[in-house]
Amino acid sequence: MTANDFPVGEDELQAFVDDRLDGDRRAAVEAHLAAHPELAERVASERRQRAILRSRLDAKFAEPVPARLRIANLRAARRNFRTRSWTSAAAAVALFVAGATAGWFANSIAPAPLAPAPAATVAQGAHAAYRTFVVEVAHPVEVGAQQEVHLLQWLSKRLGRKLAAPDLSPFGYRLMGGRLLPGGSGAAAQLMYDDASGRRLTIYVRATEGKETAFRFQKEGEAATFAWIDQGFGFAVTATATRDELLPIAEAVYRSFEGKS
Amino acid sequence: MADAEILLEPLIPALRRYAYALVRDHDAADDLVQDTLERALSRWTLRRSDGDLRAWLFTIQRNLHVSALRQSQRRGAHVELDEATTPSSAAPQESNIEIQDILATLDRLPEEQKSLLLLVGVEDLSYDDAAKVMGVPIGTVMSRLSRGRQRLRTLLETGRATLLRRVK
Repeated sequence: MTANDFPVGEDELQAFVDDRLDGDRRAAVEAHLAAHPELAERVASERRQRAILRSRLDAKFAEPVPARLRIANLRAARRNFRTRSWTSAAAAVALFVAGATAGWFANSIAPAPLAPAPAATVAQGAHAAYRTFVVEVAHPVEVGAQQEVHLLQWLSKRLGRKLAAPDLSPFGYRLMGGRLLPGGSGAAAQLMYDDASGRRLTIYVRATEGKETAFRFQKEGEAATFAWIDQGFGFAVTATATRDELLPIAEAVYRSFEGKS
Repeated sequence: MADAEILLEPLIPALRRYAYALVRDHDAADDLVQDTLERALSRWTLRRSDGDLRAWLFTIQRNLHVSALRQSQRRGAHVELDEATTPSSAAPQESNIEIQDILATLDRLPEEQKSLLLLVGVEDLSYDDAAKVMGVPIGTVMSRLSRGRQRLRTLLETGRATLLRRVK
């Protein structure tokens, strides 16, 4: 009994279409096809389609790689992001040390309570809003994602800043909608997202005093928040997640708001 | 991290080709590739050094695509809005000019079959690697491949028949 006596399998026909059979089995398939013209016609047609598909995509493969996809550029963007966060963090630490030292000397004269950092205030506001509305079943949002354009125009107007809903689909979150809230001296906007398992995530934005800061992480109970201040606005991303799960999402939100004021 | 550039750059054209065949829009395809590369860089140290880098990247890219696909299906209303704001969408024009475009026909297959036809037939991934990318046993890969190719053939043949009728 030789290899040629084994019946030809459908998987071997596919491997034949892909030119991945050799030796005896290839000969066996060829012999089988020679004896079955209808099957031979089908296989030939599938081989043709494979070739057409490949050549149809040749031009795309040959295109020069756009600058934004060069690894050096992608890494520089990542590094920038991190350096910026680091320098801001270092500045915050320096300020804190300066404040503490000043406080130490001033202590004997006039002990003043330290005002909470603006980013912390934003995080608290975001967390309170998260706690209130994430458990809401009937009306989690004021305006739903089906009226996204209207929602964002309305919130942008009240906030005094152009607001776009960041696309969090790479993380499995889709926009549910949003609402307007009181926040600090003005208004705050909350965008709510959920994922396939119903987990909810919020983005909270409001005008705030204070300089640009690095990410500030805060965990209260189950809810984790990354907050930061950029160009006169405080931002916070809150979800029931670990720090590591939330960080890339917060980075994506940061990137999508960066430079759009 | 220094090796990332040397190892990743040569694979970008293939990622762009697969992405373009999946989403059929040049900018959206590059967005997908960029997301893929960013994710790969952020997890660079976590990748298995013995595993195939190409298969790993295709896995990331396909997962990103599939989750975006699921989301846009759930967000039906949102997709309509987007289309309403961009009336000059390329798709209808293209279908007028090239009724028999194989990529347009490929779009009509379920994602699992479409991805397999691309990963195996165009990107030359081994059946084993394709099974890893798709997260299914190799037997499933072979049967999906077979079904996908037959379906594509049927669609192209009926398309041609319709075209001939219209010409007459």
